[in-house]
Amino acid sequence: MADLAVRCAGIPLRNPFLLASGVWGESGESLAGAWAAGAGGVITKSIGSVPRPGYPNPTIETYERWGMLNAMGLPNPGIDEYPREVEIARRAGATVIGSVFAGDAPEFARLAARMAATGVAAVELNLSCPHAEGFGTEVGSTPENVERIVRAVVAAVEIPVIAKITPNTADPAGLAVAAERGGAAAISAINTLRALAIDVRLHRPVLSHGFGGLSGAAIKPVGLACVWQIYDKVSIPVVGVGGIMTAEDALEYVMAGAGALEVGTALTFEGVGVFGRLARDLTALLDELGYARLEDAVGAAHPAR
Amino acid sequence: MPWAPRTRPASPKGPGRPSRYIGRPLARYVRTIVRVTERVEETPSTVTLRFPYDPPAAPGQFVMVWIPGDDEIPMSLSYVSGRSKGITVKVMGETTRRVQSIPPGTALGIRGPYGNRFDLSPRRVLVVGGGSGAAVLAPAAEAARLGGTSVVVALGATRAPELLFRDRFRAMGARVEVATDDGSEGTPGFVTGVAERLLADEPFDAVWTCGPEVMMQKVIVAAGRRGVPVYCSTERHMKCALGMCDACALGPYHVCTDGPVFAADRLATVPDFASFHRDSSGRRVPF
Repeated sequence: MADLAVRCAGIPLRNPFLLASGVWGESGESLAGAWAAGAGGVITKSIGSVPRPGYPNPTIETYERWGMLNAMGLPNPGIDEYPREVEIARRAGATVIGSVFAGDAPEFARLAARMAATGVAAVELNLSCPHAEGFGTEVGSTPENVERIVRAVVAAVEIPVIAKITPNTADPAGLAVAAERGGAAAISAINTLRALAIDVRLHRPVLSHGFGGLSGAAIKPVGLACVWQIYDKVSIPVVGVGGIMTAEDALEYVMAGAGALEVGTALTFEGVGVFGRLARDLTALLDELGYARLEDAVGAAHPAR
Repeated sequence: MPWAPRTRPASPKGPGRPSRYIGRPLARYVRTIVRVTERVEETPSTVTLRFPYDPPAAPGQFVMVWIPGDDEIPMSLSYVSGRSKGITVKVMGETTRRVQSIPPGTALGIRGPYGNRFDLSPRRVLVVGGGSGAAVLAPAAEAARLGGTSVVVALGATRAPELLFRDRFRAMGARVEVATDDGSEGTPGFVTGVAERLLADEPFDAVWTCGPEVMMQKVIVAAGRRGVPVYCSTERHMKCALGMCDACALGPYHVCTDGPVFAADRLATVPDFASFHRDSSGRRVPF
C-alpha cells in the first residue's frame, strides 16, 4: 500500500488532503469533524482582527457538480474569540493551520502572532480572497506587497508561514517567488477565480455582493497551470488547491508539483466523507502506478531537470 | 460592490425555469424564480406565503427563500405536498418583517428542499409547538394523520390570537390542548406544562417538537423520564444550506445537512443546544 504521508513546510501530515480555508472552519467542532473524517490537516476560516458578519445572502451559487460561486465576505468571529475554537480542534488531535486576513503588513503580523499563540502548526496568509474590499486580492496582487507582508509575518512568528496566492493576476508565479523571497515556508495555490452570476429573469447579479469567487471542478485546469509554473520557479513546497474532487485530480496536482493539497468545494457535493474516499482512492491509484510513496510523485509530470 | 435594487420588472410570463443546466437540474443546486400566489395572515405576527414549486418535499424539510434585492433566508415548509408549497413566517427581525409584507405576484427565488424529515412511522405522536414552531409541525402532523397515526397537539403562544394553526390541527383530526402565557385560552402558562401532563396521562410512541430550544429541552427531559423518544426541529443562522460554510454549526452537526430534525439523544452531547447559537460572524450568542 502506497504511503500517503507527506511533509509540507516542515509539518508532518498523515495524508496530503487538508481542509481548505473557508469551508467548515468557523467552529472548532467542525474542524474536529473534518479531522475525524480523515483530513490530513485542517485550515481554519480566515480570521481577522475584529468580528465580521460577511455579506448578506445570497452568498452562494452552485453549478451542479462542476463548480460553485461564493461571496461569503470573510465572515469570522475575530481573533479575540477564535482561540477557543482552535483549542477544541487541537484537543481532538487535529493538525490545525490557522488562516488569517488583514489589510496591511503590520496587521498581518499582529494577527499571525496571535494565531500562532493558539498552538496552530502553521499560519496561512489569505492574500487572495477575490471579493472583499481592502483585503485578500486587493493587498496580495503585487509581488511587492506579498513580499512585504510575508516578511513581516515571518519576523513575528516562529511557525511556518504559508502564502495563499491569487490566480486573478497576470503572473501568479511572480507572487509565489515574492513570497519565497519574503521567507514563506510554502505556497498555497490557488484561491478562487473572480466570477459573476446573473439571474436573467430578475435582471440582476445573483450574489448580494455581485462578484464572487469560482471554485470546484471548473477551476482545476487553472490551478494546475499555476502550480506547474510555481513549482518551476520556487524551491519551497506548493500546496495545490482548486477543484480536487477525485484521486486523479489530486495526483494531477501532485505531478504538477504540489506537495500537499487542499479540498473545499468537494465537501459541498459529497460531504465530509470525501476525505476518506480521496485517501482510499489515491492509495489505490498510486499502487496501480507503482508508486511506494506519494512524495515520489511530486513534480513527476515535469521534464527531468 | 453592493448592488442597488433594480426597479426593472421581471418577465411577466410567470414562474421561470432554470436554463443554465444540461439535463435535469437538481433543485438542491439551482434557484427557481416563482411568484407568490397567496398571502394569508395566520395570526397577528405570522403570515403564510404560498407559491408554485414542483420539487417533492417532506415534512420537516426547508427551502432557501431569496427575496431579490434583500436577503435569502431558510424557511421550513409549512405546506409540503403537491405543487403549491408554502412557508409561514413569524417576525423575527428586519428581513422577516419585510417578507411578511410581500404581496401576491412578487418574485421569489427558491432552492431546496434541504435537510431531513420527520419519521412518520410512530403510531401515537405528541406534537409540542411553541410560537412559530407549529409551522413545521403542522405538515408533519397532517402526513401522520393521513397514515392513520393518532396525534395530540400541545400548542403554546403568548396569547390566544397568536395560536398558530390551531384550526388546521383540529381539521386534520388531531386533539389540540392549548396553553397561553396570559391565560386568554386554554391552560395559563407555558406549553411545556401541558406537554408534561399529557405525557403523564397518555402513552406516546414519539414526541415531535419545535420552538425555543429552552422549551424543547424541557420537553426532552419530560419525555425522557417516560422513555418516549423526542425529535426536535432546530434552527441556526444559515447561509449556504449545502453543508459548506459552517454558519449553521450545532456542535458537531450542521443544521442544513444533518438536521434540521434531530433525535434528542443526538443533541444530548451537544453543548450548544439550548445554550447558545452563533451570529453571522460565527460568534457564540447565549439564548
